[in-house]
Order: sequence, then structure tokens, then C-alpha cells
Amino acid sequence: MTPSDAPRVCCNGLTLGFDAKVVLRDVTFSVRRGSIFAVMGGSGSGKSTILRSIIGLMAPITGSVMVDGQNLWAAAPERRIEITRRFGILFQSGALWSSMTVGENVALPIQMFTQLPAPDILALVRLKLALVGMGSAERKIPSELSGGMRKRAGLARALALDPDILFFDEPSAGLDPITSRRLDELVLELRDGLGATIIMVSHELPSLFGICDDGVFLDADAKTAIAHGAPRDLRDRCALPIVQAFMRRELSSNLQGRKGKNGAG
Amino acid sequence: MTVMPVWHVEEEADDAILCLSGDWLVRKTGMRTMADVRFAIGSASRFSRARFDTRQLGEWDSALVAFILGLQSEAAQLDHPFALDLAGLPEALPRLLALVRADPAAPKADATPAKATFVARVGLRTLALSSAFRMAADLTGLMVLSVKPALSGRLYARGADIAVLMQECGAGALGIVAVVNGLIGAILAFVGAVELRRFGAEIYVADLVGVAVVREMAAVMTAIVMAGRTGGAYAAQIATMQGNEEVDALQALGVPLHQYIVFPRVAALVVMMPVLYFYGCFVGLLGGLVVSVAMLKLSPTLFLEQLRPAVAGTEFGIGLTKSVVFGAYIALAGCRIGLSAGRSASDVGRAATGAVVAGIIGIIAMDALFAACTNAFGL
Repeated sequence: MTPSDAPRVCCNGLTLGFDAKVVLRDVTFSVRRGSIFAVMGGSGSGKSTILRSIIGLMAPITGSVMVDGQNLWAAAPERRIEITRRFGILFQSGALWSSMTVGENVALPIQMFTQLPAPDILALVRLKLALVGMGSAERKIPSELSGGMRKRAGLARALALDPDILFFDEPSAGLDPITSRRLDELVLELRDGLGATIIMVSHELPSLFGICDDGVFLDADAKTAIAHGAPRDLRDRCALPIVQAFMRRELSSNLQGRKGKNGAG
Repeated sequence: MTVMPVWHVEEEADDAILCLSGDWLVRKTGMRTMADVRFAIGSASRFSRARFDTRQLGEWDSALVAFILGLQSEAAQLDHPFALDLAGLPEALPRLLALVRADPAAPKADATPAKATFVARVGLRTLALSSAFRMAADLTGLMVLSVKPALSGRLYARGADIAVLMQECGAGALGIVAVVNGLIGAILAFVGAVELRRFGAEIYVADLVGVAVVREMAAVMTAIVMAGRTGGAYAAQIATMQGNEEVDALQALGVPLHQYIVFPRVAALVVMMPVLYFYGCFVGLLGGLVVSVAMLKLSPTLFLEQLRPAVAGTEFGIGLTKSVVFGAYIALAGCRIGLSAGRSASDVGRAATGAVVAGIIGIIAMDALFAACTNAFGL
């Protein structure tokens, strides 16, 4: 057992890229147990890339990802799968399997990784769906759901195996402010209820200020982390103009110039 | 390491105390059954109130949440007032239970939709079939109507798209069309040689291969290859566009789907199929020639001299007509099935399968129709 004050996830000198193109270099941060950790930054700053590396989808060029003291990318593939099985991941658009009902979506991880009998699985599925307020959608198929419902169904699936660490990729993207606020509340409740550690990628300021208590700020030009700390603290104390502009939604001349170069994506 | 979860009931004054201990972890120690839950409530129900003692409780997850939820719902069904005091539980648990209770519509036990009867299924299938035919007829008509704007350059489609589609279904298919037709020609010559040699009529192998390849096989085999290769691809591509809302975006823009999506594909196949047909004829006859020369020791010149009068212009005309009709049919079937596909991943697979099956069946059926017609006209 690891001591409870040891960091849950730790990235050391992480350098990531596609083929010859380096997206991020030398990123270091650690995530405390039980915290809601934000990976912030503008579009194209490599937020989602770093998430893909931590959840085991993309190997780093150099550097390490430590999960509870174990090196994720130095481990054998089978061991790596064992480590990542304790993760729950909510993808940007829910990533529900489109030809299965919501209930089947939540049941699949349980069926794959446990030997529970069918009635127990059904009870667990109903519990997870009720936790996210989706009990009525058990028999619906994903294309019948609204964007917010798809996110919540994805969240129920992420919770299926009682994960220790939850990853959210843009949880509030595409949601209206009220739905997004409700999702934030739900995330807080779940964190407190489940005692999970949450790592989220986001550029939605209200959620960042509302629920995150730690974070890292990535910059597309510097290609690395330029600030560490809770979003609120960065807003109030960080002196870097790029961070300030992001946190206060200002169009500094610097950012405007960059927007033209990077396009909307 | 992991301790099996256990519980027992103690009495204290007027209260029952449910003492929970061990590790309640779904993946290590499983779930408690409803019978366990009922037994726990049964043994505590002599009292009017139950509290929890969790000092011995180890790790827990959904297994404990489900157990407590079960206790709550069983307690609510008792015929005398019975209070379940959650205060003794780990701090986080009541919050999770509150979330579950806040779920507006906990599912009703069994709301399975009624199964359609056999008669209803037959009816629905028939209606679907007739609407599919109507849509196919609509599309065919729209293609004819699109020819004029296409010729005057006012079509809602991009020339570059048509060029790419032609390249994919034309040049891209040369290899497989050559293999299939070459082998068919060779097999025809081989079968003919074995039979005709018994009558000393080896020379007529050239006639047999020539008529069969030019009139039937080159057109039919090429069309079947294209149905599998291109018709399925069209259906899958358009069905995926449906799923990504790309088709919606085109419609919202006011771009007619039949011009932007269907016409370029039909045009590409209608133009390329005759070319592939001639190419298939050439390779098929070559296959027949090689086998004849090798097996029957016919000279190539003799084979070609015998072939020339056998395959007259009529034979090529019939084969060419078929190839154009088959090409249009394959593209239309693929596009129609893609456009009416659903939006899930398995719908895409179903659309591709459906397009290939419809393509092959349609080609064979139309070929039979052609045979009947040409026979009736004495061609």
C-alpha cells in the first residue's frame, strides 16, 4: 500500500510527439490523491495528448508516467493494462458504443473484467446509471440521447469498474451552462463519495474555477508546462501574460496573433 | 490481504446494530445477493430502528453501496415503521445514496417493448421493401434529370471528386478485374478443350471462349467484382457520413444530395464500367488463348482467326450495354442503401453488406433478364 500522501499520478520530464513532430517537451507535474487536477491551455497546446499518454494510449518519446509509484510505460504491456484498468475515462463526446444500449455500454466493462452473475451486473449497471441520474435511459441507444445525457452515460460507463482515477476530456464541451454546472456538481459529489482522484482536460473557465483544486498550464508556443497551481490561484496570482489572458478571456495582441496561426482547432 | 465481507446484527437498547466488516469490493469479493439483504433486514426488523457500526469495515466500493441501497428498499417495504440510520456509515456513502435517490426515474422493473407479431413483421418488411423500391426509382429518375445540369456544368458537385471516384473505381480495379477475367477465360478454355477434344472439334474452343467471355462473363464478372469492391465502399462511406452528420450538413446547406453524393458515383461507374469491360474481355480472351495454345497445341494465329468471326459487333454491343446498366445499378444500390442507413457503427457494416448482396443478386437477375430479351429478339 502506498502512503496516502504520495502522489497518485506523476509525470516526469514527459516529451510527447507524433512521428518527428514534438508537441510537448519536458512536462513535469504530480497529482495529489483525491484532488481534481486540471490540465489547462489553449487549443493545440497538447492537453489531450498528455491525457492520452497518461491513460496508456500513446507512448512518450522520453520521460515517465508514474501511477501510484509504478512506471506505466516501463511496465510490460500486460502489467500496463492492469494499471490502466483502474482508470475510468470519459471521452470528449462520450465515446459510447453506438450499437449498444446505454445499459449494455455500462455493463460491458463489468462483463469483460469480472465473473459476476448477470443479476449482479444488472444491479451494478442500475446503480451506476442512478448515480449519474440516467436510470431512465438504460434501454436507450446513444443516438437517442442529447449531448449532456451522452456525457453522463459515458460517465456511468467510466465508473463501471469503481476506478481509483477518473480522466475527463473536455467534460463540459458542447453543454449548455446549466447542464455543464450540474455535471460539475456531479463530479464533485462523485469525487467526495468515491474518494477518486480526477484529472480533467478543460478550457471551460467556470468549471476550472469551480471544481479544480490543482492544475498545470500548457502553452502551445513554449511546448511545455509554463505554470502550476489551482486555476483560481493562477488567475489571481500568476504573473505570466499568457496565463492571465487565458484566465480572464482577454484577447491580448499576442494571443490574437497566435489564433490566426493555429486556426480554430 | 482482502478480507471477505461479513455482517452481523447486535442489540443495543431498542436499536439493532448492523456491524459491517471486511472488504466490500466488487472485483475481489463480489456482490451480496438479495437473499443476504432480506436476511439482514429480517433479523433486524424486530426493532424499529437500525444503526450501523463500521469500525471493522475495510475497503469498500459499489458492492457496499448496492447492499445499503438494497437494505433501504427492503426496509421501505416492511409493514411496520422501520428507520435505517445512515449516520454510522462512512461519510461519503450517504452522499452517493443521495445521488441515487435524486435520479428522477429509477427504472421500472421490466419495460421491455412488446415483440412484434409475425404478421406485423411481414407487413413492416413489405412496407420497407416498397419504400426502398420507390427510393431507388426516385434516384434513377433524378440521375436522368441531373444529366442536363451536369453537361452544362451547373451540377452541385465538384469535378475533382468525380475524377477521384473514377480513379478509385477504374484504375484501382485493374488488378482484380484482370485476375478474375483472365482465370475465367482460362477455365472456359480448359473445360471446352476437354469436351470438344472428344469430338475432334478443338478449334471451336476459340468460339466458345469468345462468345462466353464477350457476351456474358466479362460483363458479369467485372460487375460482381465492382459490386463487392465499390458498391460496398459507397454504402459504407455514405453511412459513415450519416453518422458524422456530414449528410445533414450538406442538406442544411441546400446542396441536393442526389447531385453531390449520388450522381458523381453513378457517373464514375457508368463511365468506367465499359472501359473495365473491354479490358476484362481482352484479359479473358488472352487467358483462353494461353490455355488453348498450351493444352491443344493450337497456334495463336489460328485461335485468333477462328475468334474473329465468332465475336461480331453484336456480342460486344450486348456486353457493353450490360456493363453500363450494371455499373449504374451498382452505384445506385450502394448510394441508396448508404443514404437510408442508420447512424451506429453496426449500421455501417449492415449497409456495406446490404449493398454487396443487393449488387450481386441484382446483377445476376438482370443478366438473366438480358438473356431472355436477347433471345426473344433473336440477337
